[in-house]
Amino acid sequence: MEGFDRRYVFLVILLVVLIPLIIPLGLPIRVSKEVLGAYDAIDRVPEGSTVYFACDYDPATLPEVHPMSYATLNHLFSRDIKVIGACLWPGGPPLLEEVLTRVGEEKFGKKYGVDFVNLGYKEGREVVMVSLGKSIPGTFPADFYGTPVSELPIMDGVRNFSDVAMIVNISAGYPGTKEWVQQVQSRFHVTIAAGCTAVSAPEYYPYYQSGQLVGLLGGLAGAAEYEKLVGVAGTATRGMDAQSLGHLAIIVFIIVGNVLYFRSVKAGGKRR
Amino acid sequence: MRREVPLIITAIFGSFMVIEYFVPHPSVTGFGEMLQQWAIIVVAFAYVLGVANIVRINGEKISKRSKDWPYAFPLLAGLGFMLTVGVVFGVGNGTLFSDFYLYAYAPMSGTMFSLLAFFIASAAFRAFRIRTLEAGLLAVAAVIVMLGRVPVGTEIWDKLPVISDWIMNAPQMAAKRAILIGAALGAISTGLKVILGIERNYLGGD
Repeated sequence: MEGFDRRYVFLVILLVVLIPLIIPLGLPIRVSKEVLGAYDAIDRVPEGSTVYFACDYDPATLPEVHPMSYATLNHLFSRDIKVIGACLWPGGPPLLEEVLTRVGEEKFGKKYGVDFVNLGYKEGREVVMVSLGKSIPGTFPADFYGTPVSELPIMDGVRNFSDVAMIVNISAGYPGTKEWVQQVQSRFHVTIAAGCTAVSAPEYYPYYQSGQLVGLLGGLAGAAEYEKLVGVAGTATRGMDAQSLGHLAIIVFIIVGNVLYFRSVKAGGKRR
Repeated sequence: MRREVPLIITAIFGSFMVIEYFVPHPSVTGFGEMLQQWAIIVVAFAYVLGVANIVRINGEKISKRSKDWPYAFPLLAGLGFMLTVGVVFGVGNGTLFSDFYLYAYAPMSGTMFSLLAFFIASAAFRAFRIRTLEAGLLAVAAVIVMLGRVPVGTEIWDKLPVISDWIMNAPQMAAKRAILIGAALGAISTGLKVILGIERNYLGGD
């Protein structure tokens, strides 16, 4: 066990992740009630309303959470909902710009400044969240390109969170979902649906159970479930086969590790 | 005076922000909004300091030929390059900045994060050794949740997702809620200690 070459583990993981990406297995995806909650909440937003899209992640977690942005924006734009996007992570604005352009402009023919806007990034974390609750144009006087928000038709009549139907937050850590609930939901009573990395999802379950979050997308699985609901098989759906086999491989490693451990204990080794 | 003045400022503005939460009068909220704008502006300066720090530390590393000094070159070159193309050509879609960001920085950054999968798999050997009853419960719960969260779990046994959901919604949630409540109480007490001047570590120094 001690002399076991870890490179074999790495090789197995590489293969079980790579093979299903090349040859998909097409395993069926089950939709959880947390993801359905987010879908239903967006589905209840009246057409023509405005939604605040908080894109709080950067390229490190792009493969895991970016598909959530694609899936939720597909849903929002398909229902003619206007999207005001902004970031509290410095690495976020180009990703937000990319997904808004790909989905909003190229797929649904939406117009920048009229149907969607990228307000860019603002440092200040929780302070910015609270400040947005009081004045969105005051917090972001200009968009990602430096255009004053007063010149953008989408911002007409939008003062603060009382003028948006809900907040969709996709986050990968701090500042993210927890801060949106603590600083914004509890203070301004706005409906929030969130998507986050799988590792941080358990932390937000209490907020979902208490109703402070109307829906929660956890990791790539959450994104794949949302893709299934909106009928768009994106990178998350393709990645679920790889994730399934990856989890199976890790479970096999746990079992093998324990078998080797108990054998060594039986042979007179120390229990450590 | 070097310590007293910051303590007084903290006490006054800290108390005001607490009051502002409960008093929705325009005179109070208006001043609160202004303070928040100040905070955003002050915090933004941290980025200028950050860039200056990176340049200084890595510049010294190169000049002194410290350990791993060759790595400081690409770091400073990357910083200078992205800063220059962003300022000169803009940062919108289709610009040079955007292309380097999406097709160079994003894949490299994602690759670093994805390495975790290999280390988690490797750590699974040791981390889930069943040495005690508690460790056994942890390992069983981990296996059920890992399988229940992915499509293959349903294929193996259709009750796995149900058990996984129960683990997440009952024992996991109870433990997480206790941690959250504890952390919230801790944050409140720390906030009070800062406002009252008992907690002074944020001032730095001795």
